[in-house]
Amino acid sequence: MDPKQTILARLRDHPLEDVPLPDLDGPWTTYEDPLGQFRTTLQAVGGLAVDVADGESPDAALRQVAAYRDARKICSLVPDIIRGNVSMDGASSPHELEDIDFCIAAGQFAVAENAAVWVTDQNARHRVIYFLAQHLALIVSARDIVHNLHDAYRKIAFAQRGYGLFISGPSKTADIEQSLVIGAHGPRSLTVLLVGSSMRSGAG
Amino acid sequence: MRVGLFIPCYIDQFFPDVGLATVEVLQRFGIAVDFPSAQTCCGQPMANSGCTNETRPLAEKYLQTFRDYDYIVCPSGSCVAMVRHHYSHYLQERPGFDHVQSRTFELCEFLVDIVNVESIEGVFPHRVGVHQSCHGLRELRLANSSEQVVTPFNKIAMLISSLEGIQVTRLTRPDECCGFGGTFSVFEEAVSTAMGMDRLRDHQQAGTEVITAADMSCLMHLDGLSRRNAMNIPVMHVAQILAGRPLPKEPVTA
Amino acid sequence: MSRAAAHDHASQAAAFVSDSRRAHWHDQALWFVRAKRDKAAHGVAEWERLREDAAAIKRHTLARLAEYLEQFEQAAKGCGAHVHWAATAEDHNRIVLDILREHQARRVVKSKSMLTEECELNAYLTGNGIDVVDTDLGERIVQLRGESPSHIVLPAIHITKEEVGDTFHRYLGTDAGASDPTYLAEAARGHLRQKFLRADAGITGVNFAIAETGGLVVCTNEGNADLGVSLPSLHIACMGIEKLIPRVEDLGVFLRLLARSATGQPITAYTSHFHGPNPGGDLHIVLVDNGRSGIRSRPKFFDALRCIRCGACMNTCPVYRRSGGDSYGATIPGPIGSVLHPLRDIATHASLPYACSLCGSCSDVCPVRIPLHAQLLAMRGEVAESGELAWSKRMLMKFTSVVLRHTWLYRVAGGAVRWMVPRLPRRVVYNRWNIWGRNRELPDMPRRSFRALYRRRHGS
Repeated sequence: MDPKQTILARLRDHPLEDVPLPDLDGPWTTYEDPLGQFRTTLQAVGGLAVDVADGESPDAALRQVAAYRDARKICSLVPDIIRGNVSMDGASSPHELEDIDFCIAAGQFAVAENAAVWVTDQNARHRVIYFLAQHLALIVSARDIVHNLHDAYRKIAFAQRGYGLFISGPSKTADIEQSLVIGAHGPRSLTVLLVGSSMRSGAG
Repeated sequence: MRVGLFIPCYIDQFFPDVGLATVEVLQRFGIAVDFPSAQTCCGQPMANSGCTNETRPLAEKYLQTFRDYDYIVCPSGSCVAMVRHHYSHYLQERPGFDHVQSRTFELCEFLVDIVNVESIEGVFPHRVGVHQSCHGLRELRLANSSEQVVTPFNKIAMLISSLEGIQVTRLTRPDECCGFGGTFSVFEEAVSTAMGMDRLRDHQQAGTEVITAADMSCLMHLDGLSRRNAMNIPVMHVAQILAGRPLPKEPVTA
Repeated sequence: MSRAAAHDHASQAAAFVSDSRRAHWHDQALWFVRAKRDKAAHGVAEWERLREDAAAIKRHTLARLAEYLEQFEQAAKGCGAHVHWAATAEDHNRIVLDILREHQARRVVKSKSMLTEECELNAYLTGNGIDVVDTDLGERIVQLRGESPSHIVLPAIHITKEEVGDTFHRYLGTDAGASDPTYLAEAARGHLRQKFLRADAGITGVNFAIAETGGLVVCTNEGNADLGVSLPSLHIACMGIEKLIPRVEDLGVFLRLLARSATGQPITAYTSHFHGPNPGGDLHIVLVDNGRSGIRSRPKFFDALRCIRCGACMNTCPVYRRSGGDSYGATIPGPIGSVLHPLRDIATHASLPYACSLCGSCSDVCPVRIPLHAQLLAMRGEVAESGELAWSKRMLMKFTSVVLRHTWLYRVAGGAVRWMVPRLPRRVVYNRWNIWGRNRELPDMPRRSFRALYRRRHGS
């Protein structure tokens, strides 16, 4: 018998008591100030939150980040918002993006509970850029914020094929004697530009 | 109500005053107890070794001895946990077992939950370190464990805190295991010792004058280490503190 | 049953703890992680409810596992992934090798996967001419040193920074004597970056697989899994069949529990959801049984299959912290390992359920509410029943049981001990067979037992 049938037969031969799935309607933790919670948590995990008021220039706001000012090769996946100088489309293989100093990408929405930003490969031909660039900035609308992960998954529709991830802070490791080192293999820093966050906003 | 006293084997043989103190404390609240002398041991050492065949006769003996009491009270969290949580393995379906299982209580929980004691009169002007014995803590829930995200409560601390002058010390690890673990104390002696010494050092840094617990086995292990290492931290079972015993004299050193 | 192959935790633990400074350092390091977990858990008011929901989701899934596996396979194929089934570790290893050969892949980068450790994939691939680089920093350290990971989440927790420095000096060319973690991590970053760029294939584990969509979720802090599968065009994902969850919304529960339990973080830096391959690439998913269906058929132990490999039980275990992962002689150490390994091979791992004081902290910390301490106790029963209990222990228990069964005998024995011990010279009492007495005083022997005193006071 082929392994699949062997395994399925073993499972079916031993019926277990049926247990219903729990309902996950909540109520779950919510925040009076979701953006505030997001900012605090992002800082705690080593990221930087930058508020960009409506009408303000995201590029100007990002210039407070030294790594951006000093970056020579900038790949922007949102050229309408911030222009880079290296085009992703010009790279036929992801390996060509090896020397990107700074990447700016779009975040779909933010999660207050854990400072995560949902990012997809929809406009990223080479998804590895999120990891290969030395530094990463994500642009999210301050109005697109949810309280917790349960709300987050309600917003995501997984297409038949695709890649999406939650990014929360820069890459890190504590594998050497539990000493936290920011910038393990992935980006050394994460900046989240919260656009349109001049006022406290409720969560979506 | 008819209350049967269950005194663990090693308390009966090695720490009789804990048993006497238990009787006195219960008497204080108008509870007259009966000590059915057929009792010996709850069977934990055998059960914890995996020797279920050797445990079964002792579970049966317990059932026979205590079946006719309204309540059974015992100054040992681990023995009570054995009866309430593990005896069903040996005695399920036996007539009388459900009753005995639901009516066996550790001393502190009996006082708090059945007798509804909120405070106890007495003076004990000492810094007391409460050792949260694991079976009492995680199986009987005499207190919430530090792992749990629940409203804190502590039946042992509640009882002794009402004594005049008492101070309960603050530990860095409020409910880490002392390392007794029954036969573990012998078969994994090195780790058991290390765990116990760490508990003692925690009590030392907290300024504990005397360590108390609802399980004499933990205290026996900690006391053994304390005396061998001349640490001068005596132990008292919570029943002894509640019964108004004074702090033990200088311990006999090695 | 080969006695020679039996592993003894107690003697290895004794060796570990005898280096008191190192043992304390190890204990403190892991307690710190437990403390971070507490802080994170206490920040979630509904934490205990999440644990119950997670346990219920896993129990439900386990009951309907066959159905969900088929649903997953269909959905994953619909996303363009290839799905393989491996009944044993050997099947798994062969499948992975075949896929690599098919793609002419010689250089592989691998992110953390306890499953691949369990199947001993690295050794198998290396023996077949494949170069495998573990890319999780802790695992890379351990790989360079020729050791095994001592913890499932913090593989190098037992290694000092000086030791890492020595290893990196030897293999990465860092300065001799350098031990600054930032400096060393930077060196590893550069070294591994080259490995990622030159790799032909990336192998990952799977934290969660979603039956309804055919997706895979992989969580890392370093970003190494994604670098490993988004540069090469071949991604092989290896998963135990118990990693399946039914719905996307179930992820909300598990992901809120996982990182908080493991390291005290609200979530890992990267939580990647793969539905099908990278455009232009290939995704191969290997579903592995290797004894899991067997464990599932054992009511006393099947709850152990809920495990989401967070490592919280290890961090909280006072014995693990003071004995170190290596003392368990098994891929997965600590409380969960001490249940899973004897389930596979009770003869070799008979000592593991006894590497435990039954404190129950593991059960209270487990995000999926596996009743670990109850399972460890039950496993002791299995050890005794399968004849793996040491003869001396058995005899001692038989003897003790007989004495305790007969009240008169018990009283005589107790009286004899109390009479004799104070009368014997100290060196006789504290002889070398008195293991209790090695580091502890025996209790003072009272003249009279409680029952004698009670009878005096109250009459019989």
